[in-house]
Amino acid sequence: MIPLHWYLWLGSIVFCIGIFGFLAKRNIIIMFLSIELMLNGVNISLVALSHYMQDLRGEILVFFIIAVAAAEAAIGLAIVVSLFRNRTSPHVDEIRELKG
Amino acid sequence: MNFTDIHTLMPEIVMAVLALAVLLSELVIRRKETVGLLAIVSVAVTAYFIPTSFGTVFNGMFISDGYSVFFKFIFFTCLILTVLISSRYLEIERSSHGEYYALLMFATLGMMLMASAGDLIVLYLGLELMALSLYVLTGFIRHEYRSNEASLKYFLLGAFSSAILLYGIMMIYAQTGTTDINTISSVLTEKKATVSLLLSVIFLLVAFSFKIALAPFHMWTPDVYEGAPTSITAFMSVGPKAAGFAVLGRVFLVGLYPLQINWIPLLIGLSILTMAVGNILAIQQRSVKRMLAYSSIAHAGYAVIGIIAGGNEGVSAMMNYLLIYMFMNIGAFSILILMRSEDFLGESLDDFKGLAKTHPLTAGLMLLFMFSLTGIPPTAGFIGKFYLFKAAVGAGYTWLAIVTVIFSAISAYFYLRVVIYMYMHEPEGEAVSLSGSPSLGLALLISALLVLFIGIYPSPFISFARIVTG
Repeated sequence: MIPLHWYLWLGSIVFCIGIFGFLAKRNIIIMFLSIELMLNGVNISLVALSHYMQDLRGEILVFFIIAVAAAEAAIGLAIVVSLFRNRTSPHVDEIRELKG
Repeated sequence: MNFTDIHTLMPEIVMAVLALAVLLSELVIRRKETVGLLAIVSVAVTAYFIPTSFGTVFNGMFISDGYSVFFKFIFFTCLILTVLISSRYLEIERSSHGEYYALLMFATLGMMLMASAGDLIVLYLGLELMALSLYVLTGFIRHEYRSNEASLKYFLLGAFSSAILLYGIMMIYAQTGTTDINTISSVLTEKKATVSLLLSVIFLLVAFSFKIALAPFHMWTPDVYEGAPTSITAFMSVGPKAAGFAVLGRVFLVGLYPLQINWIPLLIGLSILTMAVGNILAIQQRSVKRMLAYSSIAHAGYAVIGIIAGGNEGVSAMMNYLLIYMFMNIGAFSILILMRSEDFLGESLDDFKGLAKTHPLTAGLMLLFMFSLTGIPPTAGFIGKFYLFKAAVGAGYTWLAIVTVIFSAISAYFYLRVVIYMYMHEPEGEAVSLSGSPSLGLALLISALLVLFIGIYPSPFISFARIVTG
């Protein structure tokens, strides 16, 4: 049987790839995908933990995360579409009317 | 579970049903102000179910106690004031759609769930419901690029911070075997503080800092607050922030209380940094809206002191501060909305030049709110800060109270600069034409009266907060 910590490592590696993608890439769509990767890293860990601890909470949380992620993707893409109607560029560096 | 548990959940159920009803009513009601009125009535109906809702149900997943009820009171007032200041403003921005009010109600529902969450799963769901509604509301003026951009920035950083929150929840779950906040607390009392536990605390702290805009996780705030519709900026800087504080208090002062020694230094660091960043960067802003964004960062830094001080005293001081901050901040944003007209932005400091000559009443109200935000007696802002300092000194953080006083002295510079522009400069060019409406006037009246009332006679509010936390 595969030990628990392998899954946890896998989850944390996927999560870190997501963080790296979010911080390093400048394309909005890739940044979305990176956030999904982060969420799925969490999902892998939660499902593994839930299975090994014989506890349902983790799996319940995973279902909620998947549902929320779907809603989030819908809203995110809607925001991008409305942004593109006014200006057509997928690069965040060009979105800088408001100076941070 | 038995069916009587429903009583505790009744306010949330009613709110959800009525929010859907408001969403549908938009199809048949032509006048959008009526939809706004429906939203206000819904809040009143929901509030009617609050007194019978006390209890802990669904195996501790949902808690309705004095603490959550106080926060729900803040959210309801915030929603009503926001609806009042919105209707005319949305017409000026040519974005008068009924969904606006439904989304505001969904955001409020999310905040109510956050305040009542006894479990990290419920907390996450409430937080997402609130955040998703707010992303849409931020980009509500679809034809305006600034609004789109603010919405996108808010969305990207909000989703990022939610992912970090989930990782923190996952780590807590891995180490305690539960997501129930009370059980986490009892499991942690028997555990030693290991590196991985501290790491999970840091993950949670970072995620919450994003939500309540503590430096160095505040970067999104000025942009989002500036780009969002002004009414939504007013809403966002009060309601969701208070909800963030509600969960911060619940998770850190209940769930992670056994690790208090470890997270207090972190929170103190964040608080001081937040006050420094908020107050110092606000000085160089020429836009009043952006200045108020930085000021809201600084005020989050003050309110965190209540959580650092902890205990009945600290928590009730924080709650009072958030309540008072709501009235003065929404008041200040209402003035900005009043200044906005079809072809005039009215956000720049220069637009306030000589306002006292042309519109003495508006200038007087702005003066009141600016004094209150600075913390000058006899306004409510002073009372809020006074009790926070008292709680900090009582918990043995006298030096922190002194640091806060210094920063709030710095803040006087940029708040009072608005007053100087209004009273000591001559008006330039054409006189500003105000776009008032009865509802906006009502919102201003409520905020101004309460700012003065709490400033002069604070004891009912103070004892209310003490009773509900005690």
